[in-house]
Amino acid sequence: MLTLYGQGFSSRLLLGTAQYPSPESLKQAVKASGAEIVTVSLRRESARALTGQGFWALIEELGCRVLPNTAGCRTAKEAIATAQMARELFGTDWIKLEVIANDDTLQPDLFGLVEAAVALSAEGFAVLPYTTEDLSAAERLVAAGCAVLMPWAAPIGSARGLINKDALKMLRAYFPDIPLVIDAGIGTPSHAAEAMELGYDAILLNTAVAKACDPVKMAEAFARAIEAGRLAFEAGPLEPRDMASPSTPVAGTPFFKIDHAS
Amino acid sequence: MNILLNGEAYATDAKTLDELCARLGFAEAKIATAVNGNFVAAMARPAVELAPSDEIEIVAPRQGG
Repeated sequence: MLTLYGQGFSSRLLLGTAQYPSPESLKQAVKASGAEIVTVSLRRESARALTGQGFWALIEELGCRVLPNTAGCRTAKEAIATAQMARELFGTDWIKLEVIANDDTLQPDLFGLVEAAVALSAEGFAVLPYTTEDLSAAERLVAAGCAVLMPWAAPIGSARGLINKDALKMLRAYFPDIPLVIDAGIGTPSHAAEAMELGYDAILLNTAVAKACDPVKMAEAFARAIEAGRLAFEAGPLEPRDMASPSTPVAGTPFFKIDHAS
Repeated sequence: MNILLNGEAYATDAKTLDELCARLGFAEAKIATAVNGNFVAAMARPAVELAPSDEIEIVAPRQGG
């Protein structure tokens, strides 16, 4: 059971709601993924189009917990105001906190992130920060009150998987009791399974499902991979070794002669 | 009076933020607002008087990752 801010979830997949070919495809993909948490955002509303109103009706149909983000915010001040608007709009104090440093990498601005996390935690928000694998930033975020950390695997939308696996292993080992969610950079179900095998608690992804040729099938593939990865972690995988180790018993090998061994 | 509404120049004679939202057809809509970078809760909108050059943000739910 995944527990985030005191709430239990049976699915370890958090799914984004953007970039699907159609609203129907989004609905079916969420269903196929088994996700109980979906991420959403807020954007400027046009009085003519009223785009957000229709989208909200669709989200309510899904029956999932919503996790609003502060995507696109470049400063702590922007992220704080966006989180406050999101809390009122979506009726939740959960916030996926993003403060973006750079347009090309979409990497978190760790300084702004910590600043915003301190302010929002003090206001009673349940902050889920989109961060890097940096240990000192993680420590500051936990000290600020974050009870969940969401490190990237690779830049958002890059589909590259765990590009700094050693650092992610270190982060896991360093924070054994903080739920860690891989957020961003996952391209294939095998990437997700790999992160789960390392002991990560959950995976948040969007593009890998939404931009697949068949998002619904890919959503199911991710659900199964994440479940398999988690089971493998719980089962305790083997440590890799350099040399072979026979699996079939050596004792009693037919035609065995002592000089075979030399 | 000229204000900046969602990043674009906009002329209005609405006196308050609440009035502006209503005139735009947002009275029943699911929206959130900010003035000059600061969040303004729905309940506070009637008390927020608009001034020339105010920067108003009106946002609604949207797809996100």
